[in-house]
Amino acid sequence: MNIDWYPLINSLRVATIGCVLVFFLGIFFAYYAARLPRVIKGLLDVVLTLPMVLPPTVCGYFLLMLFGNRRPLGSFLSQFGIQFVMTWYGAVLASTVVAFPLMYRTARGAFESFDETLAYSGQTLGLSNTFIFWRIRMPACRQGILAGLVLAFARALGEYGATSMLVGYIQGRTATISTTVYQLWRTNDESGAFFWVMINLAISVVVLLAVNLLESGQKKQKAR
Amino acid sequence: MSLSVNIKKRLGKFLLDVQFEGDSGVTCLLGASGCGKSMTLKCIAGIEKPDEGRIVLDGKVLFDSKEHINLPPQKREVGYLFQNYALFPNMTVRQNILCGLHGEKDRERKEARLSEALRMMELSDLKDHKPAQLSGGQQQRAALARILVSDPKLLLLDEPFSALDGHLRDSIKLQLRDVLNRFGRDVVMVTHNRDEAYNMSRQIAVMEDGHMLTQKPTKELFADPESVSACILTGCKNIAKAEKAGEYLVDVPDWGIVLKTGKPVKDGLKAVGIRAHSFSQSETENGCPVCFVEEMEEPFETILQFRFQNQKEGTAPVWWRVSKEARPKTFPDRIGVKPEKLLLLYK
Repeated sequence: MNIDWYPLINSLRVATIGCVLVFFLGIFFAYYAARLPRVIKGLLDVVLTLPMVLPPTVCGYFLLMLFGNRRPLGSFLSQFGIQFVMTWYGAVLASTVVAFPLMYRTARGAFESFDETLAYSGQTLGLSNTFIFWRIRMPACRQGILAGLVLAFARALGEYGATSMLVGYIQGRTATISTTVYQLWRTNDESGAFFWVMINLAISVVVLLAVNLLESGQKKQKAR
Repeated sequence: MSLSVNIKKRLGKFLLDVQFEGDSGVTCLLGASGCGKSMTLKCIAGIEKPDEGRIVLDGKVLFDSKEHINLPPQKREVGYLFQNYALFPNMTVRQNILCGLHGEKDRERKEARLSEALRMMELSDLKDHKPAQLSGGQQQRAALARILVSDPKLLLLDEPFSALDGHLRDSIKLQLRDVLNRFGRDVVMVTHNRDEAYNMSRQIAVMEDGHMLTQKPTKELFADPESVSACILTGCKNIAKAEKAGEYLVDVPDWGIVLKTGKPVKDGLKAVGIRAHSFSQSETENGCPVCFVEEMEEPFETILQFRFQNQKEGTAPVWWRVSKEARPKTFPDRIGVKPEKLLLLYK
């Protein structure tokens, strides 16, 4: 059997890059949102969490409104050769947007339960804020942030709605596992669809196992 | 060595408005929980920003609202021992202490100072342990070691004994006092416990509801607390409203008695206080007829509660604390108190 592995590679690539972006964006917003005045924080929180509760197709619609080739931002970016519509990195954008709230919310929860006196004592010892963030705050919140990251990865990997709106399905160019499954099913290739369903299932099982492992590790740490 | 603090900070309805001077040695901020003691420490350390005022340490301005100076905590050279010690849980004792030594670039000197601190705090055998594996006392020593190696000009202690088991407290008090003596820098300690304040400090600043009541050398404060709140905070159990009745006489209507005083009574007297230890059945001066109410035994002392013969209804009974050996077999009819033991309270 001659299989085109492009959807798997593309999905992993999209999810991995999306995950890296989501990691930094999620941590940045989770950290700074907590420090904003209450009203602004509440508003920002709603905006940042929206992609989680909106249907992904609606997110895709908004993305098209922003980055469509004839839209101001889209046509401005295309002058520099950046085009999100119908490209694989458009899929990165779509899955980043959709997966972001998962990371943001779990990271925020982890940061909120962080004991601020640790940061204060670091400051009075003369440690730089960067050191405190990466060497004290992040390790203390490690479990929560990793759990958020795994969830975001799973979400990015399974993204269908926004991705299909923004980048559609072009074999060998924008195809991901989830769009491939739909495409194959639509064209009556049941065995092909089944193959990719199994691939997706396998990845999901691994991801969920990882989440469970992380959570049990967290419990152990708390029990101590 | 000198610390001068004069700050205001509003937090909702609460107004923190404190002025005090830290002299050499240990200064204690004594006050009930929620009176703003810890907030004051945080302002000194730079963790919280006062609305206005000025904080000067050894001639170095740490904060001045008028000149827009607000040094970050990193630049203040102020060590802060938190109530929960705030050891970094992901690091070993050794790594924690090294955090205090990050300014020391010379590797050999760094190692030398580290092992010196480990030795001095008796932590050498525990250096590879994580904080969670240490006892409360060991955690405190590790946190202190971490602060002392960073060589601060001022050390702030926030309720340093509150997280320790009772039986450890006294030995750790002695240890800490010893360490602070060797450290030889200014220390500001916050506590709500009068024994700790008395044990550890040379002078005490009494706080109530966000402002400073009095600041005095420790022994003077206990001998003459001046205000009702300070009197309560120094552990006085018997306080009643009083009026001047003569140059050396006060009238205490709630207790239905007139008492002689050791010091001349000034105008504007508000109340008198008598410590539970001050009464005696053999004392003839200020002898008043009393009747027994209740006894509460402690391991080595006993608390006898009584009422004066003409004491007003609805007022609390008076506490008398004696050692078990000195406890009278039968409760006396009259109990006296030396005139100089009367605490005259004007605020």
